[in-house]
Amino acid sequence: MIRVAALAGLLLNVPAPGVAVAETMRATGGLGVVVERASGSLVIVDRIAREAIGRVEGLGDLSHASVKFSPDERYAYVFGRDGGLTKVDLLEEAVVAREMQSGNAIGGAISDDGSLVAVANYEPGGVRVFDADTLEMRADIPTAAKVVGLVDMPGNRFVFSLWDAGEIWIADFSGGAEPQITVLADVGANPYDALITEDGRYYIAGLFGEDGLVLVDLWEEEPRARRILDGYGRGEEPLPVYKMPHLEGWAEAGGRFALPAVGRHEVLWLDSQSFEEAGRTKTHGQPVFAVARPDGRQVWVNFAPPGNDTIEVVDTVSGEVIETLVPGPGVLHMEFAPRGREVWMSVRDENRVEIYDTRSFEKLGEIAAESPSGIFFTARAHRMGL
Amino acid sequence: MSDLASLVVAGVLGVIGVVADGEAGAEIAPQRAQALEHMVRQDCGSCHGLSLSGGLGPDIRGRAIEGLETRALVEVILDGRPGTAMPAWRPLLTEEEALWIVDYLRAAGSE
Repeated sequence: MIRVAALAGLLLNVPAPGVAVAETMRATGGLGVVVERASGSLVIVDRIAREAIGRVEGLGDLSHASVKFSPDERYAYVFGRDGGLTKVDLLEEAVVAREMQSGNAIGGAISDDGSLVAVANYEPGGVRVFDADTLEMRADIPTAAKVVGLVDMPGNRFVFSLWDAGEIWIADFSGGAEPQITVLADVGANPYDALITEDGRYYIAGLFGEDGLVLVDLWEEEPRARRILDGYGRGEEPLPVYKMPHLEGWAEAGGRFALPAVGRHEVLWLDSQSFEEAGRTKTHGQPVFAVARPDGRQVWVNFAPPGNDTIEVVDTVSGEVIETLVPGPGVLHMEFAPRGREVWMSVRDENRVEIYDTRSFEKLGEIAAESPSGIFFTARAHRMGL
Repeated sequence: MSDLASLVVAGVLGVIGVVADGEAGAEIAPQRAQALEHMVRQDCGSCHGLSLSGGLGPDIRGRAIEGLETRALVEVILDGRPGTAMPAWRPLLTEEEALWIVDYLRAAGSE
């Protein structure tokens, strides 16, 4: 009886702060950002409502920008081409910290505990590591070479490759701010990008200067570089590559990985156990991204110019192209909803993001954005290497 | 008018009519010039940066290419640079268009 009276009192007389807050609260698990590359801004999107909810400006040169998220999915770390590192609050829609940390950068990573943000630099070459809260610099790792393929690995470690030196480095921050560095030398000519598998075990770098890739098993006591898909170009004259492929977005798809070939209009399939070639799929052009739908049943491929108006969808089981979409000139990036139901893609020259159902291929919606490039959903916060 | 000033003016108009390195400039229709500018910024820009100040590829703004001959630059654009990531653009561009791009890059020096 007393309890009922108290409850009635709460409902009738006492202002209920929980209710008021709930009305203005927003969860971040359905949010994402779209990079507007030419105007140096981000569109904040609600992927569940399929709409833009805000915009943050003043982020510098965002051509080739990429984004990582804090573990609580509230903050986006934006890595700009001009060396700018910006921390954006998705809820306040505001810049909370910004550092011009180099003259020319290519991307970054966040440590598995969320405490460190690392940036890959072209000029001056190296990796700089920052406190994720304040963006104060914690470590400077000069390499005297352009850094590519920077990813996080478990245990506050980062792995990256050196484009002009043909090396893979592991920087281990598990002991504190002074990293322990392991260098794998002579891995091959011009690694251009790399990825880490979702379990954090394998680091795979693509080579531009040679027909092949490099695999490092990070579970080995003394990791070493091993060549895989060696000579996949079969000695044939490579076709011109008008945009460097990206390796991010690999997922194991039915026991195979799909990856873009370099200088060949093909997607290559790699057996995920033996790392031997497991087939090829002829494509519309030079693939840039070959991204697996999260369930691994399809791989969506976009292309370098002059074929960059088209998307091909490859069925993983048959290796056949099952759908071709032509969204328009400059399809630069694709991002799947975390369970793969829909895919968002930026169509740069049409100034919009298009949203497709991944089963019916029906267009579900559009969002206006100025010269959009990368699309990043906050669910990335919980996946290694993303 | 100085050569540089006329390059800038011509660049804005989309038609280059000046003589660079002793060669006749490229005559390109304004619409095609617009497409070429878009290509330089977006496609060349994927390696050289949207502002052309460098990335995986070097800085290609006017000041950075000042000492290089137009003929040599046209050849690099059309035939690429073996051993580097610079591809041959000949399948997509004519000589005239490559020449227009070199003139465009020279004019982009003051950014």
